[in-house]
Amino acid sequence: MTTSTGDAGRQASKPPMSNLSLADRAYHIRRHALRMGEVQGQGYIAQALGIADVLAVSYFHAMNYRPEDPEWEERDRFLLSIGHYAIALYAALIEAGIIPEDELKSYGSDDSRLPMSGMAAYTPGMEITGGSLGHGLGLAVGFCLGLKRKQSNSFVYCLFSDGELGEGSVWEAAWSASHWKLDNLIGIIDVNNQQADGPASEVTGFEPLAARFESFGWHVQRVDGNDIDALVEAFDAARNSTEPKPRIVICDTKMAKGVPFLEERERNHFLRVEPHEWQKALELLDAGRTA
Amino acid sequence: MRRSKYTRPAWLGEQGEGGQGTADKPRLTTSAMIASLAGADQRTKPAPFGNALSALAETRPEVIGLTADLAKYTDLHVFAKAHPDRFYQMGMAEQLLISAAAGMAREGFMPFATTYAVFAARRAYDFICMAIAEENLNVKIVCALPGLTTGYGPSHQATEDIAIFRGMPNITIVDPCDAHEIEQVVPAIAAHQGPVYMRLLRGNVPLVLDEYGYTFELGKAKMLRDGNDVLIISSGLMTMRALETAKALSDDNVDVGVLHVPTIKPLDEATILKETSRTGRMAVVAENHTIVGGLGEAVAGLLMRSGVFPTAFRQVALPDEFLDAGALPTLHDRYGISTKAMTDSIKGWL
Ligand SMILES: Cc1ncc(C[n+]2csc(CCOP(=O)(O)OP(=O)(O)O)c2C)c(N)n1
Ligand SMILES: [Mg+2]
Repeated sequence: MTTSTGDAGRQASKPPMSNLSLADRAYHIRRHALRMGEVQGQGYIAQALGIADVLAVSYFHAMNYRPEDPEWEERDRFLLSIGHYAIALYAALIEAGIIPEDELKSYGSDDSRLPMSGMAAYTPGMEITGGSLGHGLGLAVGFCLGLKRKQSNSFVYCLFSDGELGEGSVWEAAWSASHWKLDNLIGIIDVNNQQADGPASEVTGFEPLAARFESFGWHVQRVDGNDIDALVEAFDAARNSTEPKPRIVICDTKMAKGVPFLEERERNHFLRVEPHEWQKALELLDAGRTA
Repeated sequence: MRRSKYTRPAWLGEQGEGGQGTADKPRLTTSAMIASLAGADQRTKPAPFGNALSALAETRPEVIGLTADLAKYTDLHVFAKAHPDRFYQMGMAEQLLISAAAGMAREGFMPFATTYAVFAARRAYDFICMAIAEENLNVKIVCALPGLTTGYGPSHQATEDIAIFRGMPNITIVDPCDAHEIEQVVPAIAAHQGPVYMRLLRGNVPLVLDEYGYTFELGKAKMLRDGNDVLIISSGLMTMRALETAKALSDDNVDVGVLHVPTIKPLDEATILKETSRTGRMAVVAENHTIVGGLGEAVAGLLMRSGVFPTAFRQVALPDEFLDAGALPTLHDRYGISTKAMTDSIKGWL
């Protein structure tokens, strides 16, 4: 268990000891993402592999939804602020049965429902259009206020990124969410320490992240985002807390997690993978699963 | 072309069937041509903006470069490497990028600030307007992915950037065509005192205008080739397409002239009026921009105000819509700005 509060809580990842079915889900999400990546030959593959465990816990442990009715009024909302992570969310939506699996071969192709940058108008289960970064958390504030007006018990999950923390709009929303005591908001930050121009910690630096959100009045947890047990505990705590505050789960993830030769690549914001390497990537993913 | 998101694309066929098109006509992917607009056998030059800015900085110590997490994607990384002490990485914060550039301009520096066109035009508009344009500050805003130059959909397609900036007083708008021109634009806008918005082509940028003995002059439109039947008035990458269209139409004995208008504001009214006043020519304005508020409407307004009426007036421009995601060649065909689409349009109008 590596659930903890505060920036000091970062710990090395441990193999998950329980929740094996969630590990299976995460494996499938990675597999779907790699197969989509292969269609383009390049793209946001490292992000998808890194965030797969978080998506597995979100979609197969925490969230309430009906695959056959993506707009079911009582569903929990999942807002993907980082539109370029669409490949990761499509993989989760495929695994959740919201998108048919064979459709992954259309990823990013002309006239597909799975464009490279996520858009609400294109894809079942995609709640917002997120490619212009810095929109998600503000939208989440509005979703949460609206749900409260309707006396709904649904949660709003909003996934955003370390690079996105540079946008002032994120902090406007963070401030507002605590002002409105949005205890139905669960923010998730993917801290993969990467953005377009390089490591996020070098581009402008974002620490101390937990302390920053605490000072903005949030219920804060920081976990190893590739440790499924820790994620389960953190998401449970976020949902079950009785504090009248928005919740944030800061997830430290490893880019390209599960495919060692991709994990080692440095310039991995937009990965190029050679045609012969895809099969190898899938094999290594399988090997890591059985190990 | 938007369908319901609950309808499975017909081309995919039933579960398990369909796929990436056919062998002779593969279905294109969005990331095809992601870093370059160049055709397969086109001559190109790498990072003309980054290289030209690095060279300029050698002689102009006040030049500095700033970006909002897009150095690599605006070719500013070349400058950052050549002049690391004059490069400012502002993080992904476009409003800050612009405000900070304004502040540095107030202290006497000449900031070149880079991001994508959508993020300057949309997110940072108020900051550009009040901090830079209203003060007439010497900031050069250089933006990649102008108009329809990415298949990522509306979040990245700056289809209305020129309309937005045309409405802003004081700002000069430049839309260069190729690498040869970009290299000349950089020192020229530095020599101009005041704010500039420049549309950037990045990566391996096509090289075309050197063959026409062309030189860029800020504020000047130039005839690249003469023709008696049609006058294409164009800017940016559409000038490249206009030249190809002219060649294609000459096979059909249609004589097409091309007037390149890289400076969209202030407009070279004298040259445009002179060329459109010549009798017997259809005027076609071609732009990589929505039909609303760009070069086409700027020229139309000028002609109306001046009482100049060409044989016919037509626009090749993007429709007033949020455009699809997909591969650029597909989208350029679909929305009428590929060479083939433009050639067909003009044939239809003749
Ligand atoms: C408002 C805005 N500015 C810039 C961009 C261009 N951009 C796309 S992804 C990205 C990096 C964002 O950081 P992060 O999500 O942490 O990157 P990753 O972890 O995926 O490498 C940037 C600058 C954008 N999409 N939106
Ligand atoms: Mg990141």
